[in-house]
Amino acid sequence: MTKDKADATKMMAGAEILLKALEDEGVEVVFGYPGGAVLPIYDALFKNNKIKHILVRHEQAAVHAAEGYARSTGKTGVVLVTSGPGATNAVTGLTDALMDSVPVVCLTGQVPTHLIGNDAFQEADTTGITRACTKHNYLVKDGDTLQKTVIEAFHVASSGRPGPVLIDLPKDILMGEYAYQGEGSAVHTEAKARYNPSTEPNPADIKTAVAMLKKAKRPIIYGGGGIINSGPRASELLTELAHLAGWPTTLTLMGLGALPASDPLFLGMLGMHGTYEANLAMHDCDVMLNIGARFDDRVTGLIAGFSPNSVKIHCDIDPSSVNKNVLVDHAVIGDATRILEMLIAEIKAQSVKTDKAALASWWDEINGWRARKCLDFDQSGAIIKPQHAIKRLCEMTRDKDAYVTTEVGQHQMWAAQYYDFEKPNRWMTSGGLGTMGYGLPSAMGVQVAHPDALVIDIAGEASFMMNMQELSTLAQYNLPVKMFIINNEWMGMVRQWQELIHGGRYSESYSNSLPDFVKLADTFGMKGLVARSADDLDNVIAEMLATPGPVIADIRVAKEENCFPMIPSGAAHNQMLLGPEDQAAKPISEEGMVLV
Amino acid sequence: MTKDQIIETHIISVLVDDEPGALARVIGLFSGRGYNIESLTVAETDHEKSISRISIVTSGTPMVIEQIKAQLRRLVPIHSVCDLTESGESIERELALVKIINSGDDRIECLRIADTFRARTLDSTLNSFVFEVTGNSSKVGAFVDLMRSLGKVEVARTGVSAISRGNRIDLESK
Repeated sequence: MTKDKADATKMMAGAEILLKALEDEGVEVVFGYPGGAVLPIYDALFKNNKIKHILVRHEQAAVHAAEGYARSTGKTGVVLVTSGPGATNAVTGLTDALMDSVPVVCLTGQVPTHLIGNDAFQEADTTGITRACTKHNYLVKDGDTLQKTVIEAFHVASSGRPGPVLIDLPKDILMGEYAYQGEGSAVHTEAKARYNPSTEPNPADIKTAVAMLKKAKRPIIYGGGGIINSGPRASELLTELAHLAGWPTTLTLMGLGALPASDPLFLGMLGMHGTYEANLAMHDCDVMLNIGARFDDRVTGLIAGFSPNSVKIHCDIDPSSVNKNVLVDHAVIGDATRILEMLIAEIKAQSVKTDKAALASWWDEINGWRARKCLDFDQSGAIIKPQHAIKRLCEMTRDKDAYVTTEVGQHQMWAAQYYDFEKPNRWMTSGGLGTMGYGLPSAMGVQVAHPDALVIDIAGEASFMMNMQELSTLAQYNLPVKMFIINNEWMGMVRQWQELIHGGRYSESYSNSLPDFVKLADTFGMKGLVARSADDLDNVIAEMLATPGPVIADIRVAKEENCFPMIPSGAAHNQMLLGPEDQAAKPISEEGMVLV
Repeated sequence: MTKDQIIETHIISVLVDDEPGALARVIGLFSGRGYNIESLTVAETDHEKSISRISIVTSGTPMVIEQIKAQLRRLVPIHSVCDLTESGESIERELALVKIINSGDDRIECLRIADTFRARTLDSTLNSFVFEVTGNSSKVGAFVDLMRSLGKVEVARTGVSAISRGNRIDLESK
């Protein structure tokens, strides 16, 4: 053994190896909560000055914070929780990260190996419970494999289609002494050998895609979260591709920001609460180019009526996304950045001529739909319309490069509709799982990653209460998150569905016994503001933005406003409800009622 | 019924790292996504590299069969996936141990049938036999049905193992 190698290999406690391995992966922040099984890690953290620990108030929030961190930076978020309840509390966050393809590594404590299976105190079958809600998980039963496991876990979480990975760490492994392999040793490459998803597109597939695009007279680009996950370069390339010929482009909830909202080619979000023009363009297009979206049911509506006359090209990093919900005509497998680079190069190389006359008449049609101004609303009285509140928030923060998170429900859809995202990684929302309580902890993670940035949680009062214990975390670290609560005193989306399909029987959807949010802010030493009428709104937003620390702004909005446009469940893109008048005219079908 | 809705039965072979939880991942994938498992067999096939082969008989529409393979390929411990039904002719075999308890002429009749099916007699008492029969699933099924008509029967079946015909290696351990 050479001297270098001898230096590189050191005997250390498992907990120290773990932290060294995290440092090797470039981890700067860990979101966590201590407990018996992870005490050795917390002891090692006490002596460590490279990794910052953010103490949350509930393990679910730790995962959402790590998600916010990951989605706003592109780095992998890290969670550290104890065994048993620590791990089970993390399950919702892990499922959320799996559904939205967010790279997270979750470290859970476990009872010592000799007690596993004995129903020991705070024992849970964590790898069993989380098998279905992680991309992959590990139980480390041999300390000699610890370092390799951590390296592989980060590799799996961040490569291919990203996702959450969990490592279950028995306490005796954390306390035992094992060899740590320094930089340059074989373990670093060996650990990455087993998982190698292909990210490089097949050039022949690109050629076929371009041949299909060439024939388009009514094209549409349908972009999703895969573009965001691929990195900021992919968003630049999407913009370039759209502008090569001036193709109309729509984005999913997860893809917002991939094309600037101000771009004239942007049709707005599509799907259940997407714009009229985006959904009708999807329905009537002849060639659809899907990049990094997965034909989610919120996007497609009724599959049988989904874009019936189009040739569909699906570009995705995950082969299992292809032909899962919608049968497509052509698939390109690979990373969005590479696919976009190669598509652009191929279009240029073939000097593809667009049918300008056809495209112009397609745009005429789209502009006709746009002229319906489906997002218009009437803010005439003193009562604040929720749409108006978000629109004003957007207008008043336009030059501030804000990061926005949301909870789940009506306010989330209004935020997607009325807040304009000009850049990727500025929008953090729970798309696939629809996790109420996501926004506040997620905003915490974003703020930790970007201490000087403006971070806003656009919340609903009901969702906000699901993780409001995190106010204490905000206070502890003085994270200046602005909590903009669209308070209509209802679980608004539940109320809306009850109105639309359950005859207005508002079963258990009223937000009873709400706190006084201003006093709530006060108890945590934060600023609390309330806007009761339209005249207050701008002042409250201005004061919220001018306040240096965390702020809760309680925006009392119209209580029974519904979220439109809407594709009712069981309907197709061309059967949208544009407003209350449509709602009365087009009752929801029996089949639609059983869908979620 | 359109072509897309026809239910097909496929035999899918998978090479997987022989590590704790690997089989649970495969089974969990099938139950979690609502796919059928008609039979599943697993055993280590490469001790040195610690790799097991899983043979799964499943059924679904062509779209579902494609999904099953794509979803299996996403699992980290899975090295390779091969659809033996799609990739050409393959041989499938199953082994069953059939215990029959009876007496008199029925004993002679079941020995005669066992002979026709080339089943081996592994154990015998004055009023019972244990037969070993191998073949494809329908042959094994036919044998078991005949035995049932001749006495009280207990059956243990392995499920289908399969491999492709010809000189092609479908699943190589890396």
